[in-house]
Amino acid sequence: MDAVYILWLRQMKRYVRSRSRVLGAIGQPILFLLALGYGLGSVYKRAGEGNYLQFLVPGIIVQTILFSGVFWGIQILFDKRFGFLKEMLVAPVSRLIVLLGNALGGATISFLQGIFVLVISVALGFRPYNWFYLPVSLLVIMALCLALTSFGAGLASIVEDFQGFQGINNFIIFPLYFLSGALYPLTNVPTFLRIMSEVNPLSYCVDAMRYTMIHQSHFGLLKDLIVIAVTLVLCMAFAVNRFNRIQA
Amino acid sequence: MYTRMSKSVISAHDVVKNFGDVKAVRGISFDVHEGEIFAFLGPNGAGKSTTISMLTTMLRPTSGQLMLNGHDVTKEQDNARKSFGIVFQDPALEEELTAHENMVIHAVLYHIPKHEQARRIEDLLRLVDLWERRDSYVKTYSGGMRRRLEIARGLLHHPKILFLDEPTLGLDTQTRNLLWDYVVKLNKNENVTIFFTTHYLEEAENVAQRIAIIDHGNIVATGSVAQLAKQTDTKNLEGAYLKLTGKAVRDETSLSNDGLNVRMARRNERLR
Repeated sequence: MDAVYILWLRQMKRYVRSRSRVLGAIGQPILFLLALGYGLGSVYKRAGEGNYLQFLVPGIIVQTILFSGVFWGIQILFDKRFGFLKEMLVAPVSRLIVLLGNALGGATISFLQGIFVLVISVALGFRPYNWFYLPVSLLVIMALCLALTSFGAGLASIVEDFQGFQGINNFIIFPLYFLSGALYPLTNVPTFLRIMSEVNPLSYCVDAMRYTMIHQSHFGLLKDLIVIAVTLVLCMAFAVNRFNRIQA
Repeated sequence: MYTRMSKSVISAHDVVKNFGDVKAVRGISFDVHEGEIFAFLGPNGAGKSTTISMLTTMLRPTSGQLMLNGHDVTKEQDNARKSFGIVFQDPALEEELTAHENMVIHAVLYHIPKHEQARRIEDLLRLVDLWERRDSYVKTYSGGMRRRLEIARGLLHHPKILFLDEPTLGLDTQTRNLLWDYVVKLNKNENVTIFFTTHYLEEAENVAQRIAIIDHGNIVATGSVAQLAKQTDTKNLEGAYLKLTGKAVRDETSLSNDGLNVRMARRNERLR
């Protein structure tokens, strides 16, 4: 347990010390929130859908966690490149412990980022319809953080270099994000888009967040939670499986 | 003179490593005795790094047996891991943390009792003259300081064996001399067995008590400098080395391989 803690602590120290990374990771979602929230707000209202900022916030929180979670999972790629991974791999602790420490660190960081964005959204005028549901939202956020850091760690174990990282961003992360319904409602979208969204686990995260924050749902909370749980398990299994195979 | 009675602390028995069709190591056997300074030499792609990776539990041998301090590296991984410290070919430090924090991480990963951590860390950082700089970030360290920190870290858990994989690569002459002074002192005072690789033959000649030369995945000679020179009818280590491994520059894309080729070979294997 000490080993998990010290590896977690290492991630936290890295995070707290790199102010530019903190600001960068929060800056992007805030930009989305301001540009889209205010930019498209009037169009959205005219379409009779109500307040776009309210609608957008859950999606933007998921976005924050998506980018930050995968990024901190992929930290393992940096460790591979800059050598520290070897130090961890030859230590007399199991790979599972190494993975767990790193993933929990990444998940904690993503969680904090998500909370920052939520707080800023509230400052910008976002109001959850019922504060009592907030703990459920937080649970969903936690599950999502852990799933995505694990996913990132698994990817990092496969990919050899930073070019691969770019590919992951362009071909996995962005499609997941844009097809998750984070930016638009899934009712009345073309069939193709609807199918893509239905097979995208991230859609269910966005939906669960929306259910618990603004009481609006496409799939229903139960279905959301089941998909999230299954996704979490699969992502963790993927990470363990891939990470065990790393040969430095 | 060297006595045959001493206990062997590293032993390799008929160790083979294949990456698909590529035979990186072809059945090598050797013994390193307790308290010995042992040099492992060979041209690029001869199998040095692969051997060190197997000895340090990062790669599994295809067949054969490797023992560290009496522990089989594939069967008793944790005990084998506690037996050695390593300075990798490329630095393996966390640059965003301080030297002291790097040491603490190592202490925890190696289960060093809490009450001993502070004293051991201080002793070792003083030994390598980094105590005054303990709270500086590693990213502000020079190449030589990083090496010294890695040596200190590698010794923190009192290993029986210290592996040094090309430890002086890219260091200036002063730092290289200093580093070998530390290592020799350490070997004398603490009886730590030293296993190192290098491309600078004069380092091996000055420091090592015994040398093994590996080429194309086979060990082609083992012995002291004098023995190697005698065997090959040459005057010094360089003469012996060149006679044994030939004068040709190694084609890195040939079947013999270094880390990069190994990786490519594995990738091709996966694609197949």
